Amino acid sequence: MSLRADTPPTTRVRRFTRAERWVHRTTAVLMSVCVVTAACLYVPQLAELVGRRELVVRVHEWAGLALPVPVLAGLVSRAFRADLRFLNRFGPHDRLWLRAALRRDKRRAARPAGKFNAGQKVYAAWVAGATLVMLGTGLIMWFTHLTPLMWRTSATFVHDWLALTIGIVLAGHIGMALGDPEARRGMRTGAVSREWAEREHPLWRP
Amino acid sequence: MNTERPEESGGTGTDQPEARGTPAGRRVFLGTLGLGALGVVAAPTLQRGLEAFLGGAADKDPTGLTGLLPNGGGFRYYSVTSSVPRKNAENYRLTIDGLVDRPQTYTLADLRALPQTRMVKDVQCVTGWRVPDTPFEGVRLSRLLDAAGVRPSAGAVRFTCFDGAYSESLTLDQARRADVLVALRMQDKDLGHSHGGPVRLYVAPMYFYKSAKWLSGITVTEDVKPGYWENRGYDIDAWVGRSNGRDDEPTS
Repeated sequence: MSLRADTPPTTRVRRFTRAERWVHRTTAVLMSVCVVTAACLYVPQLAELVGRRELVVRVHEWAGLALPVPVLAGLVSRAFRADLRFLNRFGPHDRLWLRAALRRDKRRAARPAGKFNAGQKVYAAWVAGATLVMLGTGLIMWFTHLTPLMWRTSATFVHDWLALTIGIVLAGHIGMALGDPEARRGMRTGAVSREWAEREHPLWRP
Repeated sequence: MNTERPEESGGTGTDQPEARGTPAGRRVFLGTLGLGALGVVAAPTLQRGLEAFLGGAADKDPTGLTGLLPNGGGFRYYSVTSSVPRKNAENYRLTIDGLVDRPQTYTLADLRALPQTRMVKDVQCVTGWRVPDTPFEGVRLSRLLDAAGVRPSAGAVRFTCFDGAYSESLTLDQARRADVLVALRMQDKDLGHSHGGPVRLYVAPMYFYKSAKWLSGITVTEDVKPGYWENRGYDIDAWVGRSNGRDDEPTS
């Protein structure tokens, strides 16, 4: 991995390394496969259109099983581990950010943020936990003979409702990315403009 | 691996405000995991409550959106093939063959002309969903078997479907039960295509995968041949509450 010579050093700020971007990209692809296959299994109109239930189930299962792999593989990257540390730690400014978000206060000054804002931190932690819950309940539904009676129905119940919740939260995540082209550029190219960084993440010291 | 040095030197340092602070991310992560586990434990109670609530809401819901919610009540569409041909009164045929004295071919009109039996029972799917008090109406399978004259050497019945892939089996004793129908109507309407119409099997006491949709063939055989899902791990004797590792309330 080498420094890109074509990145203008004065106006562009390096936000994500290649490893981090690939973790995001592969996770996004696997998550999309999970969501699309889930819809084809669950929404009657789509199920009717697509059919091939066995194949769709297999694809869904394997995509779900692979979902944590990019993040685990990403742990070899020092930059990715540093980002995980940033996502984990909440400082006083994050409290301010969350309070402003609850009050729907959109002024920049009311929402101080480091490399990641408090909303991104909560999202990352929640979606990681939710993914593992989906994996656990999914495995119970997959390998039915490994768990006692009743567990499968209960796992199905949690899997169904959490899937709906993840779908809504994911739509919010994608919607916010769609509303911020520079943030998307950061995830696509690895670099963002300095003024965007200072505006959106004033406490971040890249 | 550190050609990225210049960019991350600041990023990993402790001078960043976010390198300090409480590990709230970990708490949210573990909390979500904990809630998930709690959800599994509390699921039976939660599910009963939600079903009651959503069942009531679905009755007053003109948009039909509640039907898409988990356990919102109602059937789910499962098909094992990419597309299923449509059959109607003109081109639908049901054949009965195998170990019988008089192989038969029925049209939809023939089946409608036979005495009809109506039953109202719960439908239980092996994946968990249950639809209470669903009326089915059709011809008793035992009547069709008797009309064809089952030979003494026979021991089982195999069902095939015009989707070209699905199959099911019952032992002869199971097939002769009074609560096993060749169903023409469901929920007091003619069976629609998505519910397996114009004709499906209805095996009231068993998980719903036994009730093969788009029924087109009944073959009397010597032994039970595992059906489509049974080749993929489901139990052949699919009594509700006594198979597939489940303990649902029996349906019949």
